[in-house]
Amino acid sequence: MTAALTPRNVVIAVLMLLLAAVPVYAAVTANTFLVTLFTRVIILGMAATSLNLILGYGGMVSFGHAVYLGIGGYAVGILAQEGASSGFVQWPVAILVSALFALLVGALSLRTRGVYFIMITLAFAQLVYYFGVGLDRYGADDGLTIGRRSQFAGLLNLSDRTQFYYLCLALLVVTIYLIARLVNSRFGMVIQGARSNDRRMRAIGFPTFRYRLTAFVIAGAICGLAGALLANHTGFISPATMHWTRSGDLIVMVVLGGMASSFGPLIGAVALLSLEEALPVLIRVSASPMFGDAAVRMAEYWQIVLGPLFLLVVLFARGGIDGLLAGVRRG
Amino acid sequence: MLLFIEQCLNGLQFGLLLFLLAAGLTLVFGIMDLVNLAHGSLYMLGAYFAATFAAWTDSFVLGALLALAATLVVGMALEVVALRRLYGRDHLDHVLGTFGLILFFNELVRLVWGPAGMSLSLPMWLIPPVEILPGLFYPTYRIAIILTALLVALFLYVLVMRTRLGMLVRAGASNREMTGALGVNISLLYTLVFGLGAALAGLAGLMQAPILTVQIGMGENILILAFVVIIIGGIGSIRGAFIAAILVGLIDTIGRAFLPDLLRLVLSSRGASTVAPAMSSMMIYLLMAIVLVLRPEGLFPVSSK
Repeated sequence: MTAALTPRNVVIAVLMLLLAAVPVYAAVTANTFLVTLFTRVIILGMAATSLNLILGYGGMVSFGHAVYLGIGGYAVGILAQEGASSGFVQWPVAILVSALFALLVGALSLRTRGVYFIMITLAFAQLVYYFGVGLDRYGADDGLTIGRRSQFAGLLNLSDRTQFYYLCLALLVVTIYLIARLVNSRFGMVIQGARSNDRRMRAIGFPTFRYRLTAFVIAGAICGLAGALLANHTGFISPATMHWTRSGDLIVMVVLGGMASSFGPLIGAVALLSLEEALPVLIRVSASPMFGDAAVRMAEYWQIVLGPLFLLVVLFARGGIDGLLAGVRRG
Repeated sequence: MLLFIEQCLNGLQFGLLLFLLAAGLTLVFGIMDLVNLAHGSLYMLGAYFAATFAAWTDSFVLGALLALAATLVVGMALEVVALRRLYGRDHLDHVLGTFGLILFFNELVRLVWGPAGMSLSLPMWLIPPVEILPGLFYPTYRIAIILTALLVALFLYVLVMRTRLGMLVRAGASNREMTGALGVNISLLYTLVFGLGAALAGLAGLMQAPILTVQIGMGENILILAFVVIIIGGIGSIRGAFIAAILVGLIDTIGRAFLPDLLRLVLSSRGASTVAPAMSSMMIYLLMAIVLVLRPEGLFPVSSK
């Protein structure tokens, strides 16, 4: 597969270069906010990429994917509180518990179709959400502050913003690469085939349930790792991380960026989180000639623009941003 | 024993409120095949409208009636402007589009009514409790909710099963093209159904308003419960929604009322009061998961079309 110089590849290359340059730019301008923001973008991009495996390629609309962010986060938080602050313990536990939970949820919910699948994945996520609310020992509703970031025996210092940033970026690139390899393999062809027509796939002899379940577990495990990263990033974990609206955000990222595309979810995460930062500014700047000081107050209500934007994407840009880029012809 | 009866009544009342919300959802879902996450926003709007109109007119009943009309209009406008474009699309598109609408409505409410919540006070005649059993006093307002919701349930049943309009709705649900070809204005019909669903959500919101505070996002958690109800009951089935709503209402309320005492046997009292509400919420989702695994079509599936 040779990479052609299409507009889409150029955009992706530029995006990756920009992401790699963020800490450098931040160091020069002493702007730590950008590093914090883009660490978050990268981690959520990783979560969205894992969701894309099942949502985009597998056609399984999981409406509870944020639950793995929570599980991964609580694995780090609870272990840290109990005195096990080594990342070599915390992160594998985060991945393993997420994978096991995904196995349970997948085994039960993949028997259902369509909207029932959406709702049963949501139900399991709500189950864990309320479990978190009831976790009296670990902060319950108020959440758990993680005093100490995961320790890696002196190899890595996660308290260093730049090191942590590049670690997240590296893990994101590995994730995108692995999923791209996976979906182009025989395994990936089977889950994509099952998305198009499950009955035919079974008729020609593929036990699709096992394939889809495996994909579901892989997606959960990767998102669990993203959760461990997120908890390290914010130094805090609470049930709000797995609120159903967070799962909605992940779906938005995947669809906004472009389903069933390797870089789509990352583009979606960048676009969504940048919009959240940029919309208030845009509103303020564009409204101030007309409304003067009132523009500052208007900018507070930026979500009033963001919401209908989702609707417009659904109605007019089905392939998401990646689809638009792919549609642009050269010259 | 009296406490148990009282909690059962509370559960019934909460269940009936859920039914009002779920009935609109299941109608829209069953007939237009639309997953409408913004249904909770209509519930919220109903409450805000009622609080505002009641303050203007100085009358709870008048305010409630105006709020119903307003939610109906908003619902129909929403259908015409945005949602009818989503019919026939993927469920994922519905989830995404209406998720955007939730953000829109939350901000709109913040813009119009401000970030602080509102309260809706009851008229004097609904406040004093009545003695429904010897020694058992029960708030008049909760009885009023139970009676109103039961009347609405009856009205819905008659409307859908016994009137010409209901017949057209059912015909439109089973075969849109054929019903249209017979000269029925399907898009008008759908707008009406959506408006009806919106008004039911608004009614649920405004009746809940005096019990809880009116605030932004109040429709989000209860919306998920309403979805649980229609999934347990079977999508499109009003009867199923009715039974499932009462079931969920009873489990939630009785769980909250009696689990703390049970848990206190094994936990500290502070621990029990944190864990119990979480556990009763978990029980509902567990019930839904079990129902979906055992009977993926819900308890009362609509007979195959």
